[in-house]
Amino acid sequence: MADHSTTSAQASDAQAGYWKANVRIILISLVIWALVSFGFGIVLRPMLSGIAVGGTDLGFWFAQQGSILVFLALIFFYAWRMNKLDAEFGVDEE
Amino acid sequence: MDQFTINLLFVGASFALYIGIAIWARAGSTSEFYAAGRGVHPVMNGMATAADWMSAASFISMAGLIAFVGYDNSTFLMGWTGGYVLLALLLAPYLRKFGKFTVSEFIGDRFYSSTARLVAVICLIVASVTYVIGQMTGVGVAFGRFLEVSNTTGLLIGACVVFAYAVFGGMKGVTYTQVAQYVVLIMAYTIPAVFISLQLTGNPIPGLGLFGEHTASGEPLLAKLDAILKELGFSEYTTHNGDTFNMVLFTLSLMIGTAGLPHVIMRFFTVPKVSDARWSAGWALVFIALLYLTAPAVGAMARLNITDMFWPNGTDGEAVTIEQIETDPRYDWMANWQKTGLLGWEDKNGDGKIQYYNDKSDAMAAKAAEKGWAGNELTNFNRDILVLANPEIANLPGWVIGLVAAGGLAAALSTAAGLLLAISSAVSHDLIKGSINPNISEKGELLSARIAMAVAIGVATYLGLNPPGFAAQTVALAFGLAAASIFPALMMGIFSKKINNSGAVAGMLAGLVVTLLYIFLHKGWFFIPGTNSFTDADPLLGTVKSTSFGAIGAAVNFGVAYLVAGMTKETPQEIKDLVESVRIPRGAGAAQDH
Repeated sequence: MADHSTTSAQASDAQAGYWKANVRIILISLVIWALVSFGFGIVLRPMLSGIAVGGTDLGFWFAQQGSILVFLALIFFYAWRMNKLDAEFGVDEE
Repeated sequence: MDQFTINLLFVGASFALYIGIAIWARAGSTSEFYAAGRGVHPVMNGMATAADWMSAASFISMAGLIAFVGYDNSTFLMGWTGGYVLLALLLAPYLRKFGKFTVSEFIGDRFYSSTARLVAVICLIVASVTYVIGQMTGVGVAFGRFLEVSNTTGLLIGACVVFAYAVFGGMKGVTYTQVAQYVVLIMAYTIPAVFISLQLTGNPIPGLGLFGEHTASGEPLLAKLDAILKELGFSEYTTHNGDTFNMVLFTLSLMIGTAGLPHVIMRFFTVPKVSDARWSAGWALVFIALLYLTAPAVGAMARLNITDMFWPNGTDGEAVTIEQIETDPRYDWMANWQKTGLLGWEDKNGDGKIQYYNDKSDAMAAKAAEKGWAGNELTNFNRDILVLANPEIANLPGWVIGLVAAGGLAAALSTAAGLLLAISSAVSHDLIKGSINPNISEKGELLSARIAMAVAIGVATYLGLNPPGFAAQTVALAFGLAAASIFPALMMGIFSKKINNSGAVAGMLAGLVVTLLYIFLHKGWFFIPGTNSFTDADPLLGTVKSTSFGAIGAAVNFGVAYLVAGMTKETPQEIKDLVESVRIPRGAGAAQDH
């Protein structure tokens, strides 16, 4: 019995660590997600207006293409990072 | 071969393909009907999700919205793709781990409340039904223009095809048909764009051509477009004219709404593993991005081509003559589209020429008076025809036009099928099995799912034939409901153990009520014209338009849920354990049924 409760306590500790790490990765990703779209694409566009991109400025590029490319990179990064994290904490699918 | 025969060939061949797939992928069990047996490869699932998501609005309307407004409508590009980041990070893997069949089932189990499940089902059905009407009208328009049959006949043919593969194949049939439809629609969208980009910039990739050089003038394409539009009195293409706060809020509402639309979420139930759900969201966005990175180029290049059509001698020269419009084959598209009532022109000053300019601009008034213009003579240009007419405007070969016809239909049909599936599973699984008759056999449930689907197709066809006057506004309603009710409930269910049954129900109802209230105050009660107290030009809250309110509705949902959960009985231990198990991938395994 004693053994069993120790292992389950360890397991739940590991699980808490896994969840904390996951939430951290999500938060960092969402900061980038907001920065490229709401930031560079809309609110911060006037600050980037000095950087010329093909007949217009960097903010326009982020609004029409750049943010989509960053979104793609974020999702693939998250999938790769989480699959690694799953294995580190031993919670991956058998 | 004439254009009609070519269109018929392309559309007929694509329909034969969909029916063939339907016969091959017939669903035998509820697991196959609701979740394609959870055996769909993540790349295939990504493709199907992309076709499911990209509707008549993405294919037909979006480039037109960007072309005639420019930078300010980048909101659609960011909003309709950014939602996938939320889906991939916050919802998809956990809902797949939960391992049930519907979105409302998760809400009902997690919040141990049949009321919560019922609220979710109602939101889901209202959102899906309003969304499907737009698809059905889109099918009618595409048929009407390309196959020269009446709207009604076109719509009935479309409904029969959807019936064939959705009713018999369920999610399995729909998934594999959507893969085929994706291939058809992406070719139909990109091939004309490649041709046009080559003509204008010499670059075969439209997304790069957009930021490239306009070959004819040697200037950057966007700078050239800005200059031409300015000379005609329009606002420049790349400048920001609207309100910044509303633009941010609208983009956010589209993102949250995308992540909360049930027909998209349920696609992630079909993959074998939790890790596959993460990859699948990425693949879905890859396939969506192929169209979304092309769309801004299609918009800008079409705008340039159209101005060029009306000012063949430059904006300082003479406008196009009516004689040329009637005789030059390059202008045949105008007569074709005039017949549909979506394009119109009128020689107001009787000079035999058609002047296209912005007659609302003060700067143009002096020039117009000097030249004897009596107002803009391109009196009607429906934005929705831009993508469909684009190959004709650019004078592309007939087979490209046939392909675009098949692509527009593929976009509308694939989304309609996904929505109908969401509706039928909500009715048979959540309402009939979940509340009315929990002891129904698998065979009985499958039959009721098929009957629900058939009824849903019937209702959608009827509404497509007799579209309520508010069809356009209802899409805002669908996104508002998804953003304000479904997304927050799912997210809190996964990320907070503190939210209990009362909190979730109160939150969903509060989000739902304020959002509906705000939309009705601006668009009229139940969309009845004249009953609105405010307009989107002068909204109730500062610059917040009713279409942008979904994000605020979501915030209200979160806030109320936390407040009420803090004041009521704590979440029971077994539900906390359920949340723990949803958070880790291990043990996802096979599909669980009750």
